[in-house]
Amino acid sequence: MKKRVVSVLLVGMLVASIFTFAGCSSTGSSNDVIKLGFIGPTTGDAAIYGSSAEAGAMLAAEEINAAGGIDGKDVEIIAYDTKADQTEAVNAYNRLRDQDGVIAVIGGTLSGETLAMKDIMVSDNMPVLSPTATAVEVTQDAPNIFRACFLDDYQGAAAANFSADTLGAKTAALLVGAGNPYSEGVSKAFETAFVAKGGSIVGTESYGTTDKDFSAQLTKIKEMNPAVVFVPDYVQTVGPILQKAKEMGITAKFVGADGWDGVQVEYADAAQGNYFTNHYAADSPSQTVQDFITAYTTKYDKVPNSFAALGYDAVYTMVSAIKTAGSTEAESIITALAATEHAGVTGNLKFNENGDPKDKEVTIIKIDGGELKYEATVVN
Amino acid sequence: MDKSKRRAYIINTIAIIALYIIFFVLIQTQTMNKYFIGIAILTCIMIIMAMSLNIVAGFLGQMALGHAGFMAIGAYSSASFSIALFNSGTELPNIVVLILAMAVGGTIAGIFGILIGTPTLRLRGDYLGIVTIGFSEIIRIFFVNFQPTGGAAGLKGITKLVNFNNVYWITIIVIILIFTLGRSKQGRAIISIREDEIASESAGIPTTRYKVLGFSMAAFFAGIGGALYAHYQAFLEPSKFGFMFSIEMFVIVVLGGLGSLTGSIISAIVLTILPEMLRGFAEYRLLVYSLVLIIMMIFRPQGIFGRSEFSLTTAIDALILRKNTKNTVDGGES
Repeated sequence: MKKRVVSVLLVGMLVASIFTFAGCSSTGSSNDVIKLGFIGPTTGDAAIYGSSAEAGAMLAAEEINAAGGIDGKDVEIIAYDTKADQTEAVNAYNRLRDQDGVIAVIGGTLSGETLAMKDIMVSDNMPVLSPTATAVEVTQDAPNIFRACFLDDYQGAAAANFSADTLGAKTAALLVGAGNPYSEGVSKAFETAFVAKGGSIVGTESYGTTDKDFSAQLTKIKEMNPAVVFVPDYVQTVGPILQKAKEMGITAKFVGADGWDGVQVEYADAAQGNYFTNHYAADSPSQTVQDFITAYTTKYDKVPNSFAALGYDAVYTMVSAIKTAGSTEAESIITALAATEHAGVTGNLKFNENGDPKDKEVTIIKIDGGELKYEATVVN
Repeated sequence: MDKSKRRAYIINTIAIIALYIIFFVLIQTQTMNKYFIGIAILTCIMIIMAMSLNIVAGFLGQMALGHAGFMAIGAYSSASFSIALFNSGTELPNIVVLILAMAVGGTIAGIFGILIGTPTLRLRGDYLGIVTIGFSEIIRIFFVNFQPTGGAAGLKGITKLVNFNNVYWITIIVIILIFTLGRSKQGRAIISIREDEIASESAGIPTTRYKVLGFSMAAFFAGIGGALYAHYQAFLEPSKFGFMFSIEMFVIVVLGGLGSLTGSIISAIVLTILPEMLRGFAEYRLLVYSLVLIIMMIFRPQGIFGRSEFSLTTAIDALILRKNTKNTVDGGES
């Protein structure tokens, strides 16, 4: 009997809690706060991306409010977790729009969740600025959706230009992760741009996404003797490749893309003297970058990554568009956003007709003595 | 038809229509915005998924942990079908396309249910659990690598056909079908296998056939749920149909009570709404969610309803006439 009473109470409490939370979240938007939504995974496998971008966005909002907000109104960022799940993302977005009444959205962080929300966002005509979704389709046929990061093929081309112009390479080999859209996309763009610069691709080797041993591919590459080997993949794959290449005595320069960010932590020796393209450089002489790093390190007690920098820039860009628009109407924010130009941590951000960044700077990083050193800035 | 049965039908019909009218009015007056409508649609889909899983887990008494796999098959096949149909320039009304897509998704998932069920239902308990996990992982990895449906990047360009009106009525129809199945000759045979396989075999019930029947029925309805999901989300990503999603559905069924269909409905409603309502807790919401599950299971290990069914008629009787009657699909203990 006692058990029954407890369980009935429990069910009662649960039901009550549902109504309570429904009640407190539906408080209407007050007039002296401008609400922005943030959508990204802060739990689950992809949590590192979402929480970094969210931390960057929160920092930006804090700074903007300290500097007087938007015409005296504070910016409030309401952030919802997606668990990297498309259903959760759609729910989160619907909630931001209907319950919280946000006027613009920063997000989604991953390509998949952004694509899941895209149709509803377009039909709502919600101003959206994704900090980090790289899939090409995200901004296509969506006049209200913009993004702050450059696309995969854009940085592939930048890496090719850098290899040909600065490193003076005439020959290159590609080492590609088969079945990984990121790796395939970036290397294809590299190939096109490198050939256009008059270089030649002496060979392409590929490996599976779960491979751990790369000696066969590297032996072939050693025989080809290229000036540059292009390996666009994430740290957990790139690290072992560089390690093996060093053991085999391959002297070619290895060049990679933004997936390399963090390679200096565990593979400092193997990665020594190699290059990769990134969104920003931590030791860049730019004042904006240094201010951002100081503020971020003070607030969160850790060093920011590219996702944090992009989240930070996205909020600043959106806020500057809202200021220009002079209203919170979706249509005028979108028009203002399309014409916005913002000099941020990750370079100068302005949009082309698709809503993708136009002529954005790609930073080339050199790994030197276990640290990431700023090497050059490339604009395609 | 005897009198009490007719009375039950009338009461339930009135309740279903009344509920629909309430929702209809709430939506029309915009008291219920798109956010709540979206959750209501998802809840309906999860009700279908939970009830179909209950056929295997509750009626058949087998541990099936691969329900997301069948849902993925239903979702992808129905979405591919409707995309092809729209590309061929069809002028069929949307609801007809949706019903056709559901039929395709359900049938293909059902066929896979037979294919998987025939060899594996010889296994029991933990072994069957492992086999079904393996199966649903194979399905997921297949869609990750299958380029015609977009591979890992996901399937785009599905037309959104599901709205609250059609999903409500489809859910009602599925609920009625599964209830009817549970009370039919086949349903009773399936339940008898759960109670004692040897006894039911000696009573002349072809156990393997009924096991496969129950399993493929569950797969069929999971396929329908998947079809609805595909045409609600309008975008499919293989990562959605992972192992954890199967577990989530299993949790709903266990929490509602294995073998209790109304329990599945209630717990599908609670567990779909709960994480949304806990959004105020930010990253702690999954902790709270898990904690609620643990507490519920400690105090009510047999699930919310155990094996008994909630019945409006009995509830009304109990309230007005103070009659005390028990109601179960299978006559089991609560």
